[in-house]
Amino acid sequence: MKRREPLRKAIEGLLDDVEGVLALRRTSGHVAPHLFCDSGELDELAVSPKYPLPGTLRLIQAEHPEAQLAIVCRGCEERGLIEMAKRNQVNLDRVVVIGLACTAEEAEECRCAKPYPSVLVDAHVGERAEPVVDKLADELRQKDVSERFEFWRQQFDRCIKCYGCRNACPQCFCPECTLEEGLWVERGEVPPAYPTFHLIRAMHTVGKCVGCRECELSCPAGIPLTTLYALIRQEVREMFGYEPGADLEEQPPLVLPAEVES
Amino acid sequence: MEYRNVLTICPYCGTGCALYLQVLDGKVAGTLPVKGHHVSEGTLCIKGWNAHGFIHHPDRLTKPLIREKDSFREASWDEAYDLIASKLSALKGQPGPDSMAVLSSAKCTNEENYLLQKFTRAVLGTNNVDHCARL
Repeated sequence: MKRREPLRKAIEGLLDDVEGVLALRRTSGHVAPHLFCDSGELDELAVSPKYPLPGTLRLIQAEHPEAQLAIVCRGCEERGLIEMAKRNQVNLDRVVVIGLACTAEEAEECRCAKPYPSVLVDAHVGERAEPVVDKLADELRQKDVSERFEFWRQQFDRCIKCYGCRNACPQCFCPECTLEEGLWVERGEVPPAYPTFHLIRAMHTVGKCVGCRECELSCPAGIPLTTLYALIRQEVREMFGYEPGADLEEQPPLVLPAEVES
Repeated sequence: MEYRNVLTICPYCGTGCALYLQVLDGKVAGTLPVKGHHVSEGTLCIKGWNAHGFIHHPDRLTKPLIREKDSFREASWDEAYDLIASKLSALKGQPGPDSMAVLSSAKCTNEENYLLQKFTRAVLGTNNVDHCARL
């Protein structure tokens, strides 16, 4: 609870300058995103568990494009905001970011490679924890393709096709989703066809997934999706030198025109 | 501008998964799972994720409809309840209470389901009561 008071002060200091601050609120024993507009509400301010706040910012900005807002961001949420801004899903000119560093325990739980913000802002609250290595990802890298294919087949066999991974993902904002197109995904088929369903989603995270783990947290079947997307992120890094959320200027490889050899 | 989350229980089955309805400017805009909830543990199935879909849907029925021949006409709640009461009373007399059956719903609360079985047994006078979870 050490981070709550400094976070409260940081939000209080902004309430006069912005129309609302997007953070977490605890009511009825549960925590949810909330737009704080009044300092009286801050008695109910919560720090964790984390929710995909950038997705909520996108929702609010779509209805109120002119509003001046603020948002509390962890490392992953900052990376998420950056990738969303590159695709015109949020307007960073109209949002003040309050940086929040995750604790070592939180970083461990998320297997997070960068559990603090540093690009848009430094963490106003909390101290930088050490990066955590995804041990499962390392293990899988040692296996050959057929073993990996079989590992993921067993994992995805448990899928109940709830679309929770897509729904929880702040980076999933296409008005028409390929996973709902009959051409690719047959309606009413559970578990969905392997590997089509899951690898379509995996391919669509390329250059976007910032490893926030919301997909994995929302998965009723406990499929380690964060690891799958971390492995893809590594491929993207090696092939294109691109790290999602690391930089505001650099454009993601899939939105750049391909280089033509002369 | 107002954004808040309203804690509720998924209306689609009897499991009791918790969800938040995301309310933006008085309109329900989406669903979020409730992290740490002892039933659903921050997850939802496909129905729960879409629990907000019908709330503002243009096809949602918001008024009672009474069937006349092959079509429906809108009616007031008083008229609809009067019609239901008169039909049920008639059936209870002839051919008798066991000519009726009541199907309850997992979408209702526990208390509503209790009331419905009580109504079926004590008012209609039949034990023909069941629920959609058996279907």
